[in-house]
Amino acid sequence: MHHRFDVLVVGAGGAGLMAALYAAKGGVSVACITKLYPTRSHTGAAQGGIGAALGNVQEDHWEWHMFDTIKGGDYLTDQDAAEVFAKDIIDAVYELEHMGLPFSRTPEGKIAQRKFGGHTREFGKAAVERSCYAQDRTGHMILQTLYQQNVKNGTTFYNEFHVTDLIIEEGRCRGVVAYHYATGEIHTFHAKAVVLAAGGYGRIFKITSNALTLTGDLMSIYYRKGLPLEDMEFYQFHPTGLAKLGILVTEGIRGEGGILRNSEGERFMERYAPTIKDLAPRDIVSRSIITEIREGRGVGPDKDAVHIDLTHLPREVIEGKLAEITDLARTYLGQDPVKDLVAIQPTAHYAMGGIPTDINGLCLSDGAGGSIEGLYAAGEQACVSLHGANRLGTNSLGDLIVFGRRAGTAAAQYARQVEYADMPAAPERESVAMLEALRGASGKESAAVIRRELQESMMNNVGIFRNGPDMARQVEIIADLKDRYRHVSVSDPSRRYNSELIEAMELGFMLDCAEAMTASALNRTESRGAHDREDYPERDDRNWLKHTMAYKNLNKPGEVLIGYKDVALKGYTHAFEPKARVY
Amino acid sequence: MAEQHIPKNTHTTPPMRVKVKILRYNPETDKKPHWETYPVEAQPSDRVLDVLNYIKWYVEPSLTFRRSCGHGICGSDAMMIAGRNRLACKALLRDVVKDGGTLTIEPIRGLKVEKDLLTDMEPFFDAYKAIMPYFINESPPPAGERLQSPEQAERMAHSSNCILCACCTTSCPIFWVNGSYLGPAAIVQAHRFIFDSRDEATNQRLNIMNQNTGVWRCRTAYNCTEACPRDIPITTIIEEVKRAVMYQQS
Repeated sequence: MHHRFDVLVVGAGGAGLMAALYAAKGGVSVACITKLYPTRSHTGAAQGGIGAALGNVQEDHWEWHMFDTIKGGDYLTDQDAAEVFAKDIIDAVYELEHMGLPFSRTPEGKIAQRKFGGHTREFGKAAVERSCYAQDRTGHMILQTLYQQNVKNGTTFYNEFHVTDLIIEEGRCRGVVAYHYATGEIHTFHAKAVVLAAGGYGRIFKITSNALTLTGDLMSIYYRKGLPLEDMEFYQFHPTGLAKLGILVTEGIRGEGGILRNSEGERFMERYAPTIKDLAPRDIVSRSIITEIREGRGVGPDKDAVHIDLTHLPREVIEGKLAEITDLARTYLGQDPVKDLVAIQPTAHYAMGGIPTDINGLCLSDGAGGSIEGLYAAGEQACVSLHGANRLGTNSLGDLIVFGRRAGTAAAQYARQVEYADMPAAPERESVAMLEALRGASGKESAAVIRRELQESMMNNVGIFRNGPDMARQVEIIADLKDRYRHVSVSDPSRRYNSELIEAMELGFMLDCAEAMTASALNRTESRGAHDREDYPERDDRNWLKHTMAYKNLNKPGEVLIGYKDVALKGYTHAFEPKARVY
Repeated sequence: MAEQHIPKNTHTTPPMRVKVKILRYNPETDKKPHWETYPVEAQPSDRVLDVLNYIKWYVEPSLTFRRSCGHGICGSDAMMIAGRNRLACKALLRDVVKDGGTLTIEPIRGLKVEKDLLTDMEPFFDAYKAIMPYFINESPPPAGERLQSPEQAERMAHSSNCILCACCTTSCPIFWVNGSYLGPAAIVQAHRFIFDSRDEATNQRLNIMNQNTGVWRCRTAYNCTEACPRDIPITTIIEEVKRAVMYQQS
C-alpha cells in the first residue's frame, strides 16, 4: 500500500508527538508512524521531572542551566545546542502547562520544582530546585498530554507499523518503508520530509531501564546506509535501577533527600562528590556505586547492589511525591521505602549518542557539514549534541520537547518549499528481501539465545568501566553473533501479528548498534563523562575534545570506520571553557 | 533451565514448578481458541511477563502478546491472569499461583481476539476519543503558567494516573454485553478533564457522560476498581462524574 504525506514522523514518544504537532502548525499534511500505540512509548516511563530555570522555588537563570548541561556533559556538549535548549525549555514548559499538563504545584499555585543531579545555582555552588515535576510520573503526563493534543489536532497515526527502511536517493530523503504488524503487508510512505524520533536501544544490555521494544531500529537503518552515528561510546547507566531488574528509580528520590548507603550504612557519596554528594551527575554516582561494590561494600545476596535510604523522609512525601517508585519497590522487591532500605544497582538507561543533527534536527551525513535533505531527527535517537558525554537528569524530557519542536517546525518549513521528490522504482525491494529471508527461516540459531549473549557480553565488556582488551574481545563476539544471526530461525510462518519475525528483525538492529558502540568506545583512548577507560583514566582534551562519527564500511562487513566532528565550544552569547569536572 | 533466563529478585528462594495454561488462537490456522499448557520452572518473584517471555523465547516462539516497558507504565500487556485482569508485568508469580499449580492466562474480554493474547484495541481507543480527551481552554494563556492550587491539582491526581491499559473496561460486565458503553477507562479520562480547574469544556463532557453510552450504564460492579493496576478508585470516580452530571442537569 502507498501513502503520501508532506511530513512523516517516525515514533510517537515525546519528540515524535511534539514534532507532529509543530509540523501540523506549519500547515502541511502530517502522519505519525509508531511500532507501538502512542501511549505505550517509553517517554511515559520518565519519572522525576523536566528541568527549566523557571525560578518558582529558588532564584534560577538559564545561563546556570546552560553551564550545568555543558559541565554535566564533560565539555563534549555542543554549546550552541545547550544555549538554545536552556533558553527554549522555559517557554516549552509553560507551553506544556498550557496544553493542560497536570504539574504538581507550589502553595502559590505555580509549577512545583525540585532538586536533581548536577543542577546547580551560580555555576556549581549548590544544588538548585529546577526540575518541574508531576509527582514522579512526569514522563507519563508529558506523553499523555502530547497524545491528547494530537488527538485534538486530528493527527493521522499508523500504529504498530515497523519502519524497515529509509528511502534516501541523491542526498535527499523521499520517505520510508514500513511493515504492518497486523497484516504483514509492506507499506510505502512517500514524504517531502521525515522526522525520526523512535528512541534508544538500551535493550543491547542485560540490565536496563529500557522497554523491550527499544532496539535502535532507526539508528541501525541509518547506519546500514553508510551514514554516521555520533558519540555512540557515550551511554548512560542510571545509578538507581531496582536490584536485578533494572527498573528505573527516579533521581527525584535523591532530589527529595534520599541517601545512598553501602553495606556499612555509610553515606559514601560524601567521599566522591563532597559538595553535592548524592546529587552528583549520574556517571559519577554510577561509578561510585560500582566502586563500592568492587571493594566489597555491596548489599544483597550477591553483594552487587547498594541501598537507597528514604526512611528519614515523611511518609506523605514518599507516598505523594514519590508514589510511583514506592509502588515499584513494594511490587517487585517487597521493600517499602517508608521503612525499608531499597536495593538498587546501576542500569543501562540512555544513549547520549545517535543520529547526528544540526540545531534544527537536520540529519548530518558526515562530520564536515554534509546533510541529508528532508531528513530530521530528535530525542534520544538523535545527537544534537546537547548531552555531550553524560546527560543530566531531566534534560531528556527537555530535549524531546525543545528539539522535537524544532525538528517538526523545520520539517514543515522545508516541506512547504519543495515538491515531492520521486520515489525509486521499487522502494520496498530491500525490505521485502530482508523480511522474506527471515519469515520461516529454518536456520539452527535462536534469536533469543543470540540476544541474551549480546546483552550479557555488552554488560560485561562495554559497561560502566571499560578497558581495551575486553572491548577488543567484544568486537569479536559481536562479529561472531552477527555471523550466527545469518542462520537465525523464525518458526512462525504467519503474516498476521508475527512477533517472532519482529523480534528477529529487531535483533539485527541491536547488533548494529552494539557494533557501532563498541568500535567507538574502543577507539576513544580517554575517560570522559560516561565513557570510563580503566586503561586511560584521564580526560584528554588535547586529543579527544571531539565527537566520534562511526560509519559502517559497506565494502567490508564488520569493519567500522571512525571519523570526527568538532565540538561547538561557544554558544551564541555565552561560552564555557573546559575545566576539570569536580562536584 | 528456567531460572537461568529469568531475572532473579534479591530474595533467593527455591524455584516454583507451575503449569502455565494459555488460551491460544491463530485465526490463520485455528477454527476456534484452544488451551495449551506449558510446564515452567521459575522464581516466585518472577513477573508473569517473564514467564511468558520464557515460553516465547525458548519453548513456543509463535506465542503472541503485546508488551513493552515491563514495569506497569506503558499498559501494553493487559490480560486475564488467574481469572482477573492484570498487567503481566505487574503480576508476580507467587501472587497468582501456588507451587505445583496451574496458572491460566487468557486475553482480556469484550474485544476481538486477533492472535493468542493480543486483542483489537481500536474500539477501546475509539471510546477514549469520544470523550474529547484533551485540555480545552480557548482564552489566551498568561506568559507563565495558569495557576492551580495543590488542592485543585489533587482533584485529578487519580484520574490522570490512567495508562489506558484497558484492564478496567474489559473487566466490566456491562461492557461485555454492550460494546457501545464507553466504559470505565473513558469515564476516568473524562473525569481527569471535568475536575481540572483550568479546563472550560466541562458542560460538553458532562453531556457526553449523560448520553445512553455514558455513566448511567455503570451498575457499580466494582470489577474495574479491582482490576486497575494503578490502584485508581475507578468506581468512586464514576460516582463523582454521575453526581456532576446530576448537578448540571438540575
